[in-house]
Amino acid sequence: MLKDQDRIFQNIYGFRGRGLEAARSVGDWDGTKDILAKGRDWIIGQVKESGLRGRGGAGFGTGLKWSFMPKESDGRPHYLVVNADEGEPGTCKDREIIRNEPHKLVEGCLVAGFAIGANTAYIYIRGEFYREAEVLQAAIDEAYEAGLLGKNACGSGWDMDVYVHRGMGAYVCGEESALIESLEGKKGQPRMKPPFPAGVGLYGCPTTVNNVESIAVSPTICRRGGAWFAGLGRQNNTGTKLFCVSGHVNNPCTFEEEMSVPLKEILEKHCGGVVGGWDNLLAVIPGGCSVPLLNKEQCETVLMDFDSLREQGSGLGTAAVIVMNKQTDIVRAITRLSKFYMHESCGQCTPCREGTGWMWRMMERIADGRASIDEIDMLEEVTRQVEGHTICALGDAAAWPIQGLIRQFRPEMEKRITDRDATGGRAA
Amino acid sequence: MGQPATFAFSESNLKEADRVIAKYPKGRQASAVMPLLDLAQRQNDGWLPRAAMDYIAEMLDMPPIKVYEVANFYTMYNLKPVGRNHVQICTNISCWIRGSDKVVKAAEETLGIGFGQTSDDGQFTLSEVECLGACVNAPMMQVNDDYFEDLDEKSAGKVFAALAKGESPAPGPQIDRTGCEPSGGLTTLKDQVAPPKAGKGK
Repeated sequence: MLKDQDRIFQNIYGFRGRGLEAARSVGDWDGTKDILAKGRDWIIGQVKESGLRGRGGAGFGTGLKWSFMPKESDGRPHYLVVNADEGEPGTCKDREIIRNEPHKLVEGCLVAGFAIGANTAYIYIRGEFYREAEVLQAAIDEAYEAGLLGKNACGSGWDMDVYVHRGMGAYVCGEESALIESLEGKKGQPRMKPPFPAGVGLYGCPTTVNNVESIAVSPTICRRGGAWFAGLGRQNNTGTKLFCVSGHVNNPCTFEEEMSVPLKEILEKHCGGVVGGWDNLLAVIPGGCSVPLLNKEQCETVLMDFDSLREQGSGLGTAAVIVMNKQTDIVRAITRLSKFYMHESCGQCTPCREGTGWMWRMMERIADGRASIDEIDMLEEVTRQVEGHTICALGDAAAWPIQGLIRQFRPEMEKRITDRDATGGRAA
Repeated sequence: MGQPATFAFSESNLKEADRVIAKYPKGRQASAVMPLLDLAQRQNDGWLPRAAMDYIAEMLDMPPIKVYEVANFYTMYNLKPVGRNHVQICTNISCWIRGSDKVVKAAEETLGIGFGQTSDDGQFTLSEVECLGACVNAPMMQVNDDYFEDLDEKSAGKVFAALAKGESPAPGPQIDRTGCEPSGGLTTLKDQVAPPKAGKGK
């Protein structure tokens, strides 16, 4: 298990308070000026060396992403945009950073902003996080007052402004180009890529969009060195990670662990085990609702990292672990996710706009048993027609949980239908 | 309640609007449309009339249709009146697994309304919402700006009863923890101690 001294989020439960003083007591804003004095290339080099992969779900190398920004401005300003639009069902880790360790995020904005040549950062926070946005704004105000932000931030010679922008309830705005559209004052509908944000992003200017956790860990990586971070976890899956475990465990909670920790270990050590015991486990969605579920056998050995979960046909996503025991109606559970994607489809691409509705209606009928067996194959076919045929990944995300269900629990789906047939169409 | 003929920001909200617009580069004032619509909604008892959209369109030099599009796209804009307490219950997967159906039941029984309805006295509107990002504290709901977490049928009923009496029940987890830490005792950062919870019994 990760030692406390190697945890980046020393105040993730907020027991020390939320202000600047508490932040300084756990090392935030310590020597920020010196970090900046080492230069852009050094910072990006450290983050590359750390192996940090984006914590918002896609897992793209953070240092590499920063290096895509133009070295010199062509006259257009550069922007840093922080994606705090946390809304992937099961995911609630960024909320804890924002409300308990806001200064890690604010300091990260300065370090990352400097590294990509941006004097302005916008933190796009989901609108429902109203209280969290208040805490964040208070931290930013404190930072300005202490000279840590604004003109000559931290005495570094770099000017840095950080603004909070609240969303107003649209899951799709978690997709980076939809988020940029929204920040520009439009409907949050994803853009075609290319061009990528590093070339043409916010207001047509070079922009980097990063998840809250990726930004919040970057100052500590610079302070302790990329090699320290890279020494945790395993190759290509380095560092520490915030996990949030919900559903059928005795103690649902959020905690920081080393990457590549076994799934079984985190459920037993941090979460008090599965409700009803390990043998009562049915399935786990390991990375937020968009990734396919794992069956119990897979859960016995899988490691919580990008590669191990990919090998199992799933993904680390946001590291939001949703646990379901044998008392769960698994078909209903996935049907609920289908309803979610239908609700959140932005309507821009036909396969997603129409397909998410088809998938939900078919799932509803199968969950009730009001279907024929061959409709399961038809449903699978529909998911294939949506997957890969849309501008953003919402269409894929709507398809994958259903594909995972069919792959792992097809007999349960068939049983619904045959049970209902056996009772002559009365509810089973 | 019908649509008011006109809308204008209060003096203090006008100042706030200037502050919001100043966050964005010159010529990019359209970026302020979302926060200003929210400001207008807050000034107008929690809902956004057409006159406010037109007012903001003019203020930001945007075609009104662009503002209507934004108001229609995002779920947090209420385009018709809502109760003084807007109760939004998450029924997505993590909350559903932990018993959000019972929270819904408590709401329907104590408030006498279902999803999409407002009570006759204008005190409560009940809405079903998607994941609110507090999944380790499921099941949960949002009432206006506050989260009530770690609910069950009984504690949810208590919150509703208190709100109906005009009280302000303490938000946050309704069980014995302050946030997202495991309720069975810390497994990390064990040397730390939770500060006492403010203003509320168990």
